[in-house]
Amino acid sequence: MTDFSDAFGSAFSLVATFDSALVEIVGLSLKVSLTAVFFAALIGLPIGAAVALFRFPGRSILTVFLSALMGLPPVVVGLIVYLLLSRAGPFGVFGLLYSPTAMVIAQVLLITPIVAALTREVIEEMWNEYEEQLRSLGAGPARALPTLLWDGRFSLITTILAGFGRASAEVGAVMIVGGNIDHVTRVMTTTIALEVSKGDLALALGLGIILIALSIGINGAAFLIRRMAEQKYG
Amino acid sequence: MITHVRQGPNILPLELKDINFEARGQRLIKDMNCAFSTKRRNVIIGPNGAGKSLLLRLCHGLLKPSTGSIEWSGAGANKGREYITHQQAMVFQRPVMLRRSVSGNIDYALALKGVTPSQRREITDNVLQRAGLRRLADQPARVLSGGEQQRLALARVWALSPEVLFLDEPTANLDPSATHAVEEIIQAIHETGTCIIMTSHDLGQARRLADEVLFLHRGRLLERAPTEQFFDNPQNDLAQAFVKGELLWWNRGRDNRKPPKENN
Ligand SMILES: Nc1ncnc2c1ncn2[C@@H]1O[C@H](COP(=O)(O)OP(=O)(O)OP(=O)(O)O)[C@@H](O)[C@H]1O
Ligand SMILES: [Mg+2]
Repeated sequence: MTDFSDAFGSAFSLVATFDSALVEIVGLSLKVSLTAVFFAALIGLPIGAAVALFRFPGRSILTVFLSALMGLPPVVVGLIVYLLLSRAGPFGVFGLLYSPTAMVIAQVLLITPIVAALTREVIEEMWNEYEEQLRSLGAGPARALPTLLWDGRFSLITTILAGFGRASAEVGAVMIVGGNIDHVTRVMTTTIALEVSKGDLALALGLGIILIALSIGINGAAFLIRRMAEQKYG
Repeated sequence: MITHVRQGPNILPLELKDINFEARGQRLIKDMNCAFSTKRRNVIIGPNGAGKSLLLRLCHGLLKPSTGSIEWSGAGANKGREYITHQQAMVFQRPVMLRRSVSGNIDYALALKGVTPSQRREITDNVLQRAGLRRLADQPARVLSGGEQQRLALARVWALSPEVLFLDEPTANLDPSATHAVEEIIQAIHETGTCIIMTSHDLGQARRLADEVLFLHRGRLLERAPTEQFFDNPQNDLAQAFVKGELLWWNRGRDNRKPPKENN
């Protein structure tokens, strides 16, 4: 039991003193996940909105497919990206495997469906409310798309934060495509997995504390943004 | 002064020929024939569920009739779908405001119509002033009270200076002074040469605003007459009962295909 409390003690001191190894790992994690969430939003927002607004054959199948992709197991995504990027794979020539770029690609694949599916829900609900008014003003689905993305901005920020939360907490995909190489591709989740298996709990716990804080922070931010927006914009 | 005056040929008159509208196997608008011409004020009255809102939506092009045709037959009708859309405007029973400022909502509508930014600013200022909303110009539109939102919805269509304006119960839920203000705005819009087609549950309002009254009952147009004639001497017995306040809601029988019996 003393082991355990010792580990906690040194974990806290690692966090409190901004231990350089820890800072490096947290920095890379944030960089990878923020980049991934940026591209996921860039792709997922318009796709989700388009599925919500346009009527085309196969639309309901696509909707189901998007929702199904939300639950994609990270290791499977990791495997797919691994196969694509490995020497023998179609994109092998770029030599991206075991680099932060590979981890970004994996996370983009993982969270774009989440952003798209949640966006579809938000925009579809808004379209129910706005459609007749916007059509009356002369805006069809194509013109309504940017309007609704802007009008739904506060709900959509929550969506993007959900994507970020998932990306930063995920371990399977980045482990496979990043390889957990010290100083290169080691992020919070993969470090925790590794350190725990080595029996070195302090760094693992310190990172765990940060991950939990991050998760609470994200959810708190989402909550506050929504509430402020509701008060301010109705 | 509104700087963005209407230009180009009229799309009116509007002709409805043998319109039927069905949804979920129910015929909601039945064998309707009527026409609307330039600059008139038409008020559609009738009990709840008569099909008043549906009729406005059909005319405005938001719904397609199941059978029959709805046609704009003015010279402007040849100028394409977009032109026809922008010659019309509608204020809905529950107006929808974007999550922008009051003036941003008007600006957006004008932008869709292709008005230049500098003109937009001028028109927006102008209509906000005239609708008594100037001090609220920078407020988020959605936090306005119901009455203020209704006035904003009117200011928005005023800015568009449409040739035809559809209004669905524009004064429902408004207090008497707000109702008065809204009626004045409607009159002012009409004076710019706009044809008004509106619904109302307020018979006093119909008397005050209408040139012509249309009486709808269970999806049928039972009577249409100049206002005075309609109120003094309605030809249809259901219209008579309605004007006298005797057409009670339970007259709507289960089989809504047959005319109801008169209420005694
Ligand atoms: N999309 C729809 N699908 C099925 N039924 C509908 C639809 N829209 C309207 N209805 C029905 O059509 C009838 C007429 O509706 P409408 O909204 O036109 O009535 P209204 O005359 O405007 O009534 P109110 O005075 O209450 O506003 C109602 O019975 C309504 O339930
Ligand atoms: Mg109605």
